Amino acid sequence: MSTNTSTNAEWPLWEVFVRSKAGMDHKHCGSLHAADAKMAVQMARDVYTRRQEGVSIWVVPSSQITASDPADKGAYFDPMQDKVYRHPTFYELPESLNHM
Amino acid sequence: MTASIEVGTTPQVRYLLRLGDTCLIAAQRLSEWCGHAPILEEDIAMSNIALDLLGQARGVLTRAGELDGRGHDEDQLAFLREERHYLNPVLVELPRGDFAFTQLRQAALALWLLLLWERLQASTDAELAAIAAKAVKEVRYHFEHAGDWVVRLGDGSEESAQRMKAALTTLWPYFNELFDADGADAAASETGLGPAWSELREPWTVRFGALLENAAMVVPGASRYQSRGRNGVHSEHMGPLLAQLQYLQRAYPGGRW
Repeated sequence: MSTNTSTNAEWPLWEVFVRSKAGMDHKHCGSLHAADAKMAVQMARDVYTRRQEGVSIWVVPSSQITASDPADKGAYFDPMQDKVYRHPTFYELPESLNHM
Repeated sequence: MTASIEVGTTPQVRYLLRLGDTCLIAAQRLSEWCGHAPILEEDIAMSNIALDLLGQARGVLTRAGELDGRGHDEDQLAFLREERHYLNPVLVELPRGDFAFTQLRQAALALWLLLLWERLQASTDAELAAIAAKAVKEVRYHFEHAGDWVVRLGDGSEESAQRMKAALTTLWPYFNELFDADGADAAASETGLGPAWSELREPWTVRFGALLENAAMVVPGASRYQSRGRNGVHSEHMGPLLAQLQYLQRAYPGGRW
C-alpha cells in the first residue's frame, strides 16, 4: 500500500461543455475526473466527443460552480408561474424577424 | 483449420506490411487495457487510441494486399499469417507491462508514427498518402496524450518516477529497430513510396530527448542491441499474442460480425 496520500486522493471533478458546431453555444454534457485542466480537456475529448459531437470543449472545476439551493426552489421559481406578461408574446413582429 | 496464407516479398509489400503490422500489433497490445485502465476516462482514451491504430492497420494492410496481388484482404493478412510473416518491430509486441511502460512505449511509438505519417503524406502511392493524411491527425493526439503521461509520471511521485525509469531502461534497446536500414527501405525511398526509416532517427531522437528532459528523465546511452521483428524474427511474446489475435478466425474461418 502506498503511503502517499496525494496519490490516494480522488482526482477533482470537472464539468464539461461541448460546442457542437461553430456558431452554437457550448452546452453542458457531463462531468469527469482529471488531475489537471489539460488532462480534463483531453479526457473530455475522449469521453464526450468520440462520436463527432463537438468542435470545441470547455472544462470547469465543479468546485468553482455556485449553484442555487434546491430547498429554495419554491421561493426562487414558483412566483414566475403566473407572470405571463413577462413573455414578449404581446408584440407584433415584422415577418422578416424569424428567430426572436 | 484455415491454412495460413503466404505473402509476397517485394520491397513495397514488405514496407507496407512493416507499417501495417506495427499499427496492428500495437493496437492489440493497447486494447488489452480495455476494462483495466486506472480510471474510466483513461480506459476510454486508450481504447480510442487502439481503435485509431487498428484503423490505420486496416488501411495499410488492405493496400499491401492490393499491391501484393494475391487477392488477400485486410482480414486475411491480419489473421492468417504465420508468425514469421509478421513484420512489426519487436517493440510493439512486448507485453503491455505496467501503466508507465505502456505510456512510454506509446509516446515513443506515436512520435515515430507521427514523423512517418507526415512524410507518407507525400508518398507516390496515392492510396498510402490518403491514409497518411488521416492518420497524421490521429497520432498527433496520441503523442500529446501519451507524452503528457510521460511527463506527469516521470516528474511525479517517487514511485511513478521509478517506474518510468524502469520502463525506459527496458524499452530503450528496442527503439533501435525503428530506424534500421535495409533493401526494402532503400527501395521505398528510391521509388518515393515512403522514407527510409533511418531518416526518422534524427528528428525522433531530438523530440523524444526533449520529452524525456521535460519529464526529468535521463536519456540513456546508445544501445547496440538489435531486434529483428521487421524481418520476421520475433520475441517469445509474439506467439501468445498471435494465438489470441487469430483465435476467432482460425476457429470460425471467414466469420464476420
